[in-house]
Amino acid sequence: MWNFPLFPDQASTFAGSVDALFAFTLMISAFFALLIALLIIIFAVKYHHQSNADRRGATDSHLLLELTWTAIPLGIVMVLFVWGAQLFYRMKVIPPNAMEIFVVGKQWMWKIQHPEGQREINTLHVPVGQPILLTMISEDVIHDFAVPAFRIKEDVLPGRYTKQWFEATKIGEYHLFCNQYCGTLHAQMIGKIIVMTPTDYAAWLAGPQPVSAGGTAAVVAKAIVSAGGTAPATPNPTLVAAGSKLFNSEFNCISCHKSDGTGQGPSLQGIFGHKVKLEGGMTVIADEGYIHESILQPAAKIVKGYKPVMPTYQGQLEEEEIMQLITYIESLKRSK
Amino acid sequence: MKELNYITNGYSVKSWLLTKDHKRIALMYLLAITFFFFIGGMAALIMRLELLTPQADVVQAETYNKLFTLHGVTMVFFFLIPGIPAVLGNFLLPLMLGARDLAFPRLNLTSFYIYVLGASFTLAAAVLGGVDTGWTFYTPYSSTYSNTHVITMAVGILITGFSSILTGLNFIVTTHKMRAPGLTWFRLPLFVWAMYATSLIILLGTPVISVTLALVALERGFHMGIFDPALGGDPLLFQHLFWFYSHPAVYIMVLPAMGVISEIIPCFSRKRIFGYPFIAFSSMAIAVLGFFVWGHHMFISGQSIYAGLVFSLLSFLVAIPSAVKVFNWTATMYKGRIYLRTPMLYALGFIGLFTIGGLTGIMLAALGLDVHVHDTYFIVAHFHYIMVGGTIMAYLGGIHFWWPKISGRLYPEFWGKLSAMIVFIGFNLTFFPQFILGYLGMPRRYHVYPPEFQVLNVLSSAGASILGMGYLLPLIYLIWSLRYGEKAGDNPWNATGLEWKTPSPPPTFNFEETPVVTEEAYAYASRPELGHV
Repeated sequence: MWNFPLFPDQASTFAGSVDALFAFTLMISAFFALLIALLIIIFAVKYHHQSNADRRGATDSHLLLELTWTAIPLGIVMVLFVWGAQLFYRMKVIPPNAMEIFVVGKQWMWKIQHPEGQREINTLHVPVGQPILLTMISEDVIHDFAVPAFRIKEDVLPGRYTKQWFEATKIGEYHLFCNQYCGTLHAQMIGKIIVMTPTDYAAWLAGPQPVSAGGTAAVVAKAIVSAGGTAPATPNPTLVAAGSKLFNSEFNCISCHKSDGTGQGPSLQGIFGHKVKLEGGMTVIADEGYIHESILQPAAKIVKGYKPVMPTYQGQLEEEEIMQLITYIESLKRSK
Repeated sequence: MKELNYITNGYSVKSWLLTKDHKRIALMYLLAITFFFFIGGMAALIMRLELLTPQADVVQAETYNKLFTLHGVTMVFFFLIPGIPAVLGNFLLPLMLGARDLAFPRLNLTSFYIYVLGASFTLAAAVLGGVDTGWTFYTPYSSTYSNTHVITMAVGILITGFSSILTGLNFIVTTHKMRAPGLTWFRLPLFVWAMYATSLIILLGTPVISVTLALVALERGFHMGIFDPALGGDPLLFQHLFWFYSHPAVYIMVLPAMGVISEIIPCFSRKRIFGYPFIAFSSMAIAVLGFFVWGHHMFISGQSIYAGLVFSLLSFLVAIPSAVKVFNWTATMYKGRIYLRTPMLYALGFIGLFTIGGLTGIMLAALGLDVHVHDTYFIVAHFHYIMVGGTIMAYLGGIHFWWPKISGRLYPEFWGKLSAMIVFIGFNLTFFPQFILGYLGMPRRYHVYPPEFQVLNVLSSAGASILGMGYLLPLIYLIWSLRYGEKAGDNPWNATGLEWKTPSPPPTFNFEETPVVTEEAYAYASRPELGHV
């Protein structure tokens, strides 16, 4: 019990930067707090009513002093603003080679899908040294996916995707917390992040039984590591395959969204990440959010030249399945 | 024949319940908010007891969630927000202005009963089984998923909001129209400036929270799609509306506290306050800027990056007027004649704790750093340094400072100093470990936690028990002093300000004849000694 930490693990590329900013603000804060405390103590002793200190020239206004103690804090906070904003920007700009993992939050668990189709609950396995992008959505209320050792945190909203990324730097197990109050078992909506070597990760992916390093699993892992958004390599088939099954057979989306554009609905070939013209003259980027909305509330945005005939799939598709569909639609772009 | 004062002028129950005297209404508020303070405090003590161990033993999840909701709602809406304005403001504003009463005495009584009505809804919600949404009522949890008494609680807060609005209106009109001859704006005590700035925020902000809670109730009761995406709503809209009020509400809680400190420090330094116009205008700057920083509660909520940047910048700016005040208070002591009496100890404690609260606020305004500590115990510690270390320290300082005026009796100085020191030590022991817990990553609103966080939680709980003692002491000796305290006299502190120019306790209509003001505020140069006490 007495062996307790006073500082969190530093296990991501952000950790050092956040701690540096913290150390700097802590130093400035300590300086001002001690300055004020010291002045108060000195004045209280020196000018105690029983003391005979020299009180001549006491004044109650001093313009230069007022301007000084307005300007100096103003200068300091501007430095902090720029520093904090730069760091935040780094956290928000997703590196192009990030590997995307999907997270669904629900009362009270985390459900995770790896692009290869591997799924897990309340645990997230990731390879060290690889930027990981988490695309997150909630099935019910607002949650929050926080990993203190990585210094990252982002709310997980119902009906809207949020994203955050990190690159783990240290192998080990770290806390995963839900940081947005989400109901009765909020405090039990916790889990583990397990950071592994790329080889171990590949073996884990190929699991259920760990496969010895150097086998086929490692080859798969290499493909994944180099896949990312821009690489021409085809993504590992499993998540896409699940989406393909939903699209082409289970829900038969293909019957309207024909690939040659002759169906009742627009072709989805190559639309992902591109502009789509809507009825009424607006355009929209076909991203995850747009596709999610179009599946659940098809009437919200109608593609130019088409009729609002698509039924809603609210209640028929799980959030995981929608993610699979999105991955599949994204893959249609790549295979073009 | 001895002249009647506001307390001896009628002993019947009716003469209290239907009084239009601002001083009697202030005392009724004092009883009501003290009641809520101890309810909220009990909830906090049970929570700290539960957090002694990493497992759930004292209470289970459901109860714990209801406790922190009850703690937050009663402390924020029924103690901190009305606290200084409705008790000290009500009592002092007309006295400080040299007026016979507030501009609208009936409205003042009405607002008290609106408070009581709202409070009874909230108590009913608690007694019927409680609410588990947290005082922040985030949607869609509050509007769709929680199966507790959310509507009753929301209606209670909505109603109480109108009490604040009417009090704010009353204060603004009174300050404009009822100042004594010669009492120009820049001769006003800074407490009045603080009340004025607070009233502006109350008037502009409170309707927004009322509308927001009404919308939650509509979505919950009639499934109107406002906040729940499953009904076509937007959950972030709630957060924008909620914080548009609830961030300025922080200043509703702390500006009056700053006003109290600006009265105490000159009196016990026997010196005019340093930089009067800068303190007055920084109150107004806080009131205005405070309306444009709400988005810093949403840096990790899925709000756009650029919104985050703007709100971060504005949040840094709002820190400046607070810093200016701290420097001016400190400078007031320079070459003064310092008397370390109970109110002064509270005031100096306020400066120390408020400074820590403010500086950690600067850390939270820094975007990249906020991400890590957002929604952790770091936040919990930060806002308790402002709300408890700031507002409650000032409130207690103010109660001690004006107790002779309110009751006509002196409180026992030894016990006063002792309790001020117990509160200061207990407070720091309770909340300082929470900064470390937060940086380690412990989330707020957890009743169970990983075992490595236990030591710091035990320290915090130990502190809470000391802090509780510190709050009980004044309750006991102040009641004791009503009967056994030394008679105070009109002006025991030899203080400036019109409230000291009338008997203690004051007569019902405050002044024999309307006072005429011929000097600046805080003219302590001609009053170098504290007085006979």
